[in-house]
Amino acid sequence: METRQFYTRKDKIVLACGNVLLALFALAVLVPLVYVVLASFIDPVVLTNQGISLLPKDWTLEGYRRVFQDKMIARGFLNSFLYSSSFAAFSAVVCLLAAYPLSLPNFVGRKALNTFFLITMFFGGGLMPTYLLVSNLNLINSPLALILPGAVNVWNIILARTYYKSIPQELHEAAALDGASELQYFFRVLFPVCKPIIAVLVLYQFVGMWNSYFDAMIYLEDQSLQPLQLVIRSILVQNTPRPGMVADAQNAAMMAKIAEQLKYATIVVSSVPLLVMYPFFQKYFEKGVMLGSVKG
Amino acid sequence: MSLPKFPDAQTRHQKLVYVKNNWQLYVFFAMPAVLLTLIFKYVPMGGLAIAFEDYNNRLGIFGSEWIWFENFQRFLSSTEFPRLMMNTLKLSVYGLLWGFFPPIILAILLSRVRRVGLRKKIQLLIYAPNFISVIVMAGMIIAFLSPVGPINAALGTQSNLMTDPGAFRSIYIISGIWQGAGWASIIYTAALSGVSGDLIDACNIDGASLLQQIWNVDIPTLKPIMVIQFILSAGQIMNIGFEKALALQTDLNRATSEIIPTYVYRLGLEIGDYGYSTAVGLFNAVINVALLLAVNAIVSRLNEGEGL
Repeated sequence: METRQFYTRKDKIVLACGNVLLALFALAVLVPLVYVVLASFIDPVVLTNQGISLLPKDWTLEGYRRVFQDKMIARGFLNSFLYSSSFAAFSAVVCLLAAYPLSLPNFVGRKALNTFFLITMFFGGGLMPTYLLVSNLNLINSPLALILPGAVNVWNIILARTYYKSIPQELHEAAALDGASELQYFFRVLFPVCKPIIAVLVLYQFVGMWNSYFDAMIYLEDQSLQPLQLVIRSILVQNTPRPGMVADAQNAAMMAKIAEQLKYATIVVSSVPLLVMYPFFQKYFEKGVMLGSVKG
Repeated sequence: MSLPKFPDAQTRHQKLVYVKNNWQLYVFFAMPAVLLTLIFKYVPMGGLAIAFEDYNNRLGIFGSEWIWFENFQRFLSSTEFPRLMMNTLKLSVYGLLWGFFPPIILAILLSRVRRVGLRKKIQLLIYAPNFISVIVMAGMIIAFLSPVGPINAALGTQSNLMTDPGAFRSIYIISGIWQGAGWASIIYTAALSGVSGDLIDACNIDGASLLQQIWNVDIPTLKPIMVIQFILSAGQIMNIGFEKALALQTDLNRATSEIIPTYVYRLGLEIGDYGYSTAVGLFNAVINVALLLAVNAIVSRLNEGEGL
């Protein structure tokens, strides 16, 4: 469907300006990322005194050694992985199930159920009442405090419902004629053609949990339960590297320089998993955005 | 011809028969989400009652003294109220205004990149920041802006913008565009890829210039999505990226970085003033819903009945 476009001279100038603008934006995105990666390999003293250096003698893996030898970072990775994968699986199942009756045009109670979920998108109890509930349920210091409250994601239910609706209704009618129950239809007929939406929901929730810190910050007080984002928060945001990481610094000034450079290695180590994974799943992430743009 | 299993249930009897025949839909499919929503969304709404109490953790919701609107009066008459309100509104309205058009411009620019391979590479790059976490984003900003960081080095200055209240909003909004504009362009790009080739042929035959094409074909194609996106963002005016504001907040930039949601957090969880904090949060939520309804009403009137 590639239609050849014809450009006049004036059009070409407009086009060139547009391309320059796009290139500038792409560069603006790229430069900070490249800077972080380069800085993560530079000697702390050189980095803080003169910035990025391309001389081999200024390059070092010390930053990475400091990050990898810290037990809390490894622990954070493990915790984050456990929380994110169980949250993604649980939330996807709950939302995929809930979306099914909502996709049936003659489901009795559809409107009421829809409203019941939609209200929570626009209004909620807010921070303190939710915190008090979680604390009354004895979920403080339990990973369930991260997993249960956010499991029902109304937006994801809408995505799944939109997807189900795109599947021909004839399939459902044929299955019903053959005497299949709703359960049988859902698992035998619908589920196998739903891989894309399952991927969308699982990936969204996984990334969402992996990148969040607030719930863990207020609900998990126990150090050993902390997800990666909380562990790196002290290094990146609070400027307090974990004591073991900078123990070899001779003086306070040196420690500050190491702490500054350490941030870059920490950023790389903590961001690489998602950034490397994302291109492989790009089509699913995009699919989620498109499904969401269908009105309804 | 509809099948026996699929007629619309009209009477109460028909409805009962439907529910009986399809009980699995209620018990197996809907129940888990309904229970979770009841417990974790609706119970806290009931918990909003403490906004009207002099809440005491020992006495609980049912034992604490009712003070009705005293918490709200205290907030509205406090010296902090005007500042918090303005900080919240400015941060989100400026963010909405500055952030709204870049994704649209990006999508239009991308659609004119003729080499598909190059376009794909640019998309891969500009979508990537979306996957960076709030903490890493804040960490990057803090490191870049640090007195020994690259930005000061490049400018030859020694300032620390993280402690400068005047810089907070710009930092917040620019980094938001850096991180989100590419990703937000996806739906506009999808809409533009649906523009029919016939339309472009017609433009060529009529001798429409590139700018005329953009104005008469691209923009009208994108308009319905722009409307929805605008309403959706307007509906979040009072709920702006609170996690990021909190991560970027320092004691010194608090004059502009303290917004209602971070204030609710500080009061409730750091200071422990549960009832008052809940009242402030409720006030915020009510304004947010009111704004959403108002924007939706205005837009649907301007847009010939096409709201959300």
